[in-house]
Order: sequence, then structure tokens, then C-alpha cells
Amino acid sequence: MSTAVIAVPKRRRFRLGAIAPYLQAMPLGLVLAVFLVIPILTIVIVSFWDYDSVQIYPDFLFTNYIDLLTSQVTWKTYLNTIKYAVLVWLFTLVIGFTVAYFVAFHVKSATAQMALFLICTIPFLTSNIIRMISWIPFLGRNGILNQALQGIGVTDQPLEFLLFSDFSVILTFVYLYAQFMVVPIFNSMMRIDRNLIEAARDGGASGFQTLVNVIIPLTKSGILIGTIFVVTLVMGDFITVRLMSGGQSASVGLMIANEISLLQYPAAAANAVVLLIIVLLMVAAMLRVVDIRKEL
Amino acid sequence: MRETRRGLAFWALASFFGLFVLFLYGPTITIMILSFQGEDGGLTFPMNGFSLHWFGRLFQQQAVGDFGGSLSRSLLLGLIVTILTVTISLSAGLAFRRRFFGSTPLFYLAIASLIVPSILVSLGIGLMFNVLGIEPAWNTSALGAHLTWTLPFGLLIMFAVFNRFNKAFEEAARDQGASPWQTLRHVTVPILLPSLIGVGLFGFTLSYDEFARSLMTTGSYNTLPLEIYGMTTSVTTPVLYALGTVTTLLSIVVITAALYGVVYVQRRRAGKGSDAGRGV
Repeated sequence: MSTAVIAVPKRRRFRLGAIAPYLQAMPLGLVLAVFLVIPILTIVIVSFWDYDSVQIYPDFLFTNYIDLLTSQVTWKTYLNTIKYAVLVWLFTLVIGFTVAYFVAFHVKSATAQMALFLICTIPFLTSNIIRMISWIPFLGRNGILNQALQGIGVTDQPLEFLLFSDFSVILTFVYLYAQFMVVPIFNSMMRIDRNLIEAARDGGASGFQTLVNVIIPLTKSGILIGTIFVVTLVMGDFITVRLMSGGQSASVGLMIANEISLLQYPAAAANAVVLLIIVLLMVAAMLRVVDIRKEL
Repeated sequence: MRETRRGLAFWALASFFGLFVLFLYGPTITIMILSFQGEDGGLTFPMNGFSLHWFGRLFQQQAVGDFGGSLSRSLLLGLIVTILTVTISLSAGLAFRRRFFGSTPLFYLAIASLIVPSILVSLGIGLMFNVLGIEPAWNTSALGAHLTWTLPFGLLIMFAVFNRFNKAFEEAARDQGASPWQTLRHVTVPILLPSLIGVGLFGFTLSYDEFARSLMTTGSYNTLPLEIYGMTTSVTTPVLYALGTVTTLLSIVVITAALYGVVYVQRRRAGKGSDAGRGV
């Protein structure tokens, strides 16, 4: 065997084909390495550094983590953020599933489906922040909703909880992110073989049984992708919470943003590391349910 | 498919859909109306007359900060992000058609880029520049931050596109003696052009609207979302709504132009296309 190898040395011809995928993937790899991997490593390193009101100092301290994890405020803020994530997930899931189900199964023509889809997408061309604040004239004390409610005699006082409350924060989240649920669920629904539904019906399944036993299981991957989007977006958000709670509520993202604005970078970094770990654990738990790579 | 009767379920779902659309459009339409508020009007209804006053105010530099500068920076940044997103996603999409060493980690890295909270990317890049002693700027650090958001989307779209792509066209080109580069330039890219425009559009809108990833990476010259955010905390006049109306119209113009591009490409393709198989 070994003599054969020596006797007939393989001529290694340089082939571009073999390295082509590496060259093609390199720009993506480089961008992600420079602007994602190294920055996150920087955060991890800086989270152990020392700081005062002026500057940050290279060091190796656990103080930032100890301060963070022993504070009541931290735990309350994390719980509050998770509460937002769960509630927003629940609402966007119900809305997203219903809307996608209607367009995928009840609208027959492809053109009409396309048109309805575009209608849902157009509002996303407006800046997120502008879309957020556009709820203010709607929900405010003298807002449209309050005036309408008083007009039809439901209440005689303006409802105060509508704006600058958990209610307005969650409403705005649902408003901003519902489409992130609609699109992936719609996508999975469109890939369901329509014969399966026909077969379920022929087998005597009711509409509800078909929904539970055929459509929902086959839509799982879309639901998962939507869930990952909504949950990670809400977990990291700070601007919606700041603008729509009027400073009444806190979220982890907001906590980090506040630390950044006070130039307490190491504290912000420690907080960011904890947030990252929690988000990654959540996503890892979700990915145990469905393998997205298979679904692409 | 069997014709189903439009029963109760259909109408219930249709009304739900209608309410959803109302939910999506209601607030935006509200501020569009309020942007025509009269000179003495405030941030809420009732309308106090009707005027273009607040649009005029928008273009007076001193009144609302550097609107023109931030807008042009955002448009330029969006354009650069668009070009880079299309090129890099296409290139990576081509790579992922084959299994190569490290393809799985790279894929998961791209997915990680989507799920890492934006404020973390912002903080990380800001800190990295800080540690290295480089000033962050909209065309360096902010550009990189935006790409971490647009490239994963671009890559996922490319996956979907290549799943439907018929390789026979490329094989035919190769059989005719086309070099890999010629095949790419004259066969693959033209076939994929509408999808590539889609990727670019996606990249542009994501970048144009990105706030959190710009926060610590933009440096001394604001991009538009940062400017708008600054205004929400300091400006309490309908000039904000005018800004909303103007920026919405701008993005509609950009999207329409791009969609028109797609239609144009398809039409040209239909006109100049091969007549093979048509029996002419």
C-alpha cells in the first residue's frame, strides 16, 4: 500500500473549484467576525473591567457581575422583560396565525394573496419610531380612543391606563412585530401539500381537527421562526419601552441603554453578557423543538 | 381544489384580517392627517385648521436639528449597505450551495447575528472602537453594525432562492464552454436579478430604519433614526408628524422605484427572451 503511494505520487493540480466556496463565503465570514464576534468578545472582556465616572480601566473584577446579580432592581427588570416577551409572543402568535391562516387557506387566488400580503407590509416602510409615537395621539388622554369611548358613553372619564403603561408598551410591541410572526407562518402554510388537507377532510376530520392535527404540526417551523424573532426583539428592546411607558417601566435593554448613556460601559457590558446568555438559552430551548436548517 | 362555500369561518377570519389592517394603518394615517395641522394646532386632535406649516418648519435647519444632513447620510449609508448586502449575500449563497468546511458554524454565526439583541451589537462595536482608539463613524462602525443585521436576512433569502433555482441553465452554459465567471455574469445573475433586487430592498429598508444598532456606532454625525429619536424627546410640535409623513413618502418612492425595476427587468426579459419551444 505504502509503496503505491510513493510510486505514484498524485499530481496535486491547483483547482480553483475546490477553494471557490471559501472565497465566496469569505466576505460574509469577515464581516461577521469583525462586527459580531470581536465586538461580543470585547463586551465579555470589558465586563470584567473597572470604571469610574470618567473612564474605564483594564482589570479583572467580578464586581460588575456581583453588583448586577445582587440587585433587586436587576431581577425585577429581567422578570418584567420576560413578562413583556411572553405576552407579546402570545398576542403576535394568535394574530399572526389567524391572519396567515386566512390568507393561505381562505383566499384562493395567488394575486389576491399577494395583494393582501403587500397591504400588510406597506406600513413597515414608515420608521419604527414614527410608528411608535403615532400611537400617542390615539391613546392619549384626549386621544381618539378616549374621545370615542366617551362619545359612545362607555366611560365618562378619560382612561389613564391607555398610554404610558404596560398596556401601551405591549400594544406597540404587538403592532411593530406582528408581521414577524405572519410572514414565517404564512410561508410554512403555503408549503403544506393541499392534498393532505383534502385527505383529512375525506377521512372525516372536522375543520377543527384538520387545524389541530394537520395544519398546526406542519406550521411548527414557521411558528418557531416567528417566535425567535419576536422574543429576541422584545428581550433586547429599549426604545419602545422608553417611549411608550413614559419612563414608568423598565426593561433589560433600557437598563443597558441607561448605563451606556451614563458611560458605565463595564456595568453595561456585564448586563449585556447576562442578557445574551438568557436570550441564547431561550433560543436553544426553542431549537430543540424544531431544526430550522432542515426547514429552509 | 374543491370549491368551498364561504361560510361563517371565512367571514369571521376576513373581519379579523380587516381589523388587523386597520390596526396596522390606523396610527400611521392618524399622524399623516395630523401633520397637516394648522399653525396653532398641537400633537393631538382636534385639528386646528389645515396647513403645510409643519412641513415648512421641517426644512428650516435651525428648528429641528440637522434633518437634511441626517437624511442624506441615512440614504447614502442605505445605498452602501444595499450594494454590499447584495454582493456579499449572493457570494455567500453561491458558497452554501456546496458543503464546505466550516459551513455549519458560519450558518449558525449568521443566525446568531439575527438573534443577538441589537443593543448588544451596538455596545460591542462601540466598545471595540473605543478600546482600539478609533472614532466611530456612520460609514465605518455603523456600516458594519447594519451589515450584521442585513446580511443574515440576505443569506436566508438567497437560500430560499437557490432552492428554487434550476441548475440546468448553468450546466448548459458550462457545456457551451462558458467560464465560471461568464456563467455567473450572463446566466446566474440575470436569472436571479429580481430576487437580488429584493435582497437589496430589504437591506436598504433595514438600514434606513435601524436605530439600536446605530446608537453607539454612528459617531458625531447622526443618521435619520437617531435624529428622529432625538426629536421625540425634545420636539413637541406636529413637525414630528410632518417628518413621519415625509420619510414614509420617501421610502415609498424608493420601494416603488425598485419594484418598477423588477417589472422592467421581467418585461425586458419577456421581450428579448428566447423563442425556443414556441414553435415559431
